[in-house]
Amino acid sequence: MFYREAGQFKASYQADQQIFPIRQDRVAVWALIVFFAAVVPVIADQYWLKAILIPVLIFSLAALGLNILTGYAGQLSLGSAAFMAVGAFGAYNFMLRIDGMPFLLALVMGGLCAAAVGVLFGLPSLRIKGFYLAVATLAAQFFIVWALVKFPWFSNYSSSGVISTQEISILGFVFDGPTSKYMLTLAVVVVLALAAKNMVRSSTGRAWMAVRDMDVAAEVIGIRPMRTKLIAFAVSSFYCGVAGALYAYTYLGTVEPEGFNLDLSFKILFMIIIGGTGSIMGSFLGAAFIVLLPILLDNFVPSLLGDLVSSSFVSNFQLIVFGGMIIFFLIVEPHGLARLWQIGKEKLRLWPFPH
Amino acid sequence: MMTNDMAVADAGQQATGRRIGGVILDLQKISLSFGGVKALTDISFDVREHEIRAIIGPNGAGKSSMLNVINGVYHPQQGDIVFHGETRHEMDPHKAAKQGIARTFQNIALFKGMSVLDNIMTGRNLKMKTNLLQHALFWGAAQREEIEHRKKVEEVIDFLEIQSIRKTPVGRLPYGLQKRVELGRALAAEPSMLLLDEPMAGMNVEEKQDMSRFILDVNDQFGTTIVLIEHDMGVVMDISDRVVVLDYGKKIGDGTPEEVMANPDVIAAYLGTSH
Ligand SMILES: Nc1ncnc2c1ncn2[C@@H]1O[C@H](COP(=O)(O)OP(=O)(O)OP(=O)(O)O)[C@@H](O)[C@H]1O
Ligand SMILES: [Mg+2]
Repeated sequence: MFYREAGQFKASYQADQQIFPIRQDRVAVWALIVFFAAVVPVIADQYWLKAILIPVLIFSLAALGLNILTGYAGQLSLGSAAFMAVGAFGAYNFMLRIDGMPFLLALVMGGLCAAAVGVLFGLPSLRIKGFYLAVATLAAQFFIVWALVKFPWFSNYSSSGVISTQEISILGFVFDGPTSKYMLTLAVVVVLALAAKNMVRSSTGRAWMAVRDMDVAAEVIGIRPMRTKLIAFAVSSFYCGVAGALYAYTYLGTVEPEGFNLDLSFKILFMIIIGGTGSIMGSFLGAAFIVLLPILLDNFVPSLLGDLVSSSFVSNFQLIVFGGMIIFFLIVEPHGLARLWQIGKEKLRLWPFPH
Repeated sequence: MMTNDMAVADAGQQATGRRIGGVILDLQKISLSFGGVKALTDISFDVREHEIRAIIGPNGAGKSSMLNVINGVYHPQQGDIVFHGETRHEMDPHKAAKQGIARTFQNIALFKGMSVLDNIMTGRNLKMKTNLLQHALFWGAAQREEIEHRKKVEEVIDFLEIQSIRKTPVGRLPYGLQKRVELGRALAAEPSMLLLDEPMAGMNVEEKQDMSRFILDVNDQFGTTIVLIEHDMGVVMDISDRVVVLDYGKKIGDGTPEEVMANPDVIAAYLGTSH
């Protein structure tokens, strides 16, 4: 009844091109942004900010990066965490070695380093597809982590490659508490998410999807598959790189190369599978889901089942739930939570007259 | 030979009242094989500007391979391709697109995950000049460009009478409409030459009539040269100016529809296989 597009006619193509063509959606998204930017910092406690909101935002960004490559451009990658590592160690070294390096610039430079490495490891995608490409990105995953450990220069010769990030200050304001770090993370993520949405609704995004869906047809239209794939690798790795730098600077504070291991890459892959491939919103839903689920299970399973179960059961139970969800989404709803949300909205649009 | 060609052009002109121009595409002794399979053997024929040129032949005759050679998806082992006066050994798909060749496929090759509108918009990708950073900002030039091309695409949508499905994901459309959208994607590029691989296969009579009308209108209104593969002899007789007949990768006939149908080799080839 209330969620309707009736009466909202598009008088121009510009109006029709808006990110959220339905007014209720636009209002909802702005309300969400205002809520997370103005209300959450006031009401959320330290634990929520540090352990839930900041990581959800950062993982959303990494998932968004992978979604650009896998969901939009159709190139499977198991190297997301490694590209995050490049971003983190890149930003760290720019901060370390250049006097007066502005933090935001270091963040961008870290992202660009990741983009360059991403393009390098994306080169095999010009020849191979699907499973074999996944194996090639797996090589990137292992090689990058190995290289960061092997060459101590990257971690400024600290023991076992652990780095402690420098203080973040922008125009004299020091971001030291969880609230300010949360705000900074939110700002970066919102800006990059908007940019991603803009890219996917322009000819860049259409080229990605065209190559994903039917590369021969894309080619005869004049889309260059190689260029298109490499651009996807670059943009995707840039996003992962920035996410990695934020992971180091606003989330953990100290990181080591091994923190960016294959497990983390898989975690990001699961986020887009559960959240929805080829969906910006799905990246956020998937990240929130995967960060929140273990916390919920940890808190609720013991209280529900009491002493009947051991803590090792709880952690195994998590894995079972994850595995089950992933199989469910792969088989039943490949477009993930985002698609379920869409279906819900379509139902709501027709409600109360379903025909 | 010379007089024969002239006669053919004349016939085309009289039949439709259009001005058929000179040869713009000349295929010379094209041979193509896949491993041991000879798909095309020593085939020569030409295409004149503004004409509708049909390629017919039994299954596996090499018709689709011929189209793939024309726009560079396949590279022939032997022969030359003269396009707009430029002689080449093989075409390159990207270059062919840039030079104004667009096509549809025998098995629909739409972008399944995208809407009708986005599918047709991809047809204009080559004409779009803004870069990635401008797209990320979606401001100024990028937005203006998007709107300008959207207008062109809406013209195509109106032309093909598919306004009501523009936001529908193509995967949800019935087969006949998908074929129409694929034609739309090709038309959005404003091609000078359109290659259509069995655009009416699997359609009912009414859909075939619609599609024939669109093809004739494209040819008539935009002067687009059309190379068409089609099995339905009625359609071929109705809309094409000249016909090439292939069988087992060899050319067995070439001429007006009437000439070709009277050709004993063609009759034999068609009687020899079930259709
Ligand atoms: N990519 C390929 N690899 C191997 N063989 C091929 C390939 N493409 C075509 N062929 C072979 O070339 C021959 C001609 O095929 P083609 O598709 O051109 O025929 P066609 O005339 O379009 O037939 P149809 O009416 O069935 O579409 C066939 O023997 C086919 O098996
Ligand atoms: Mg064929």
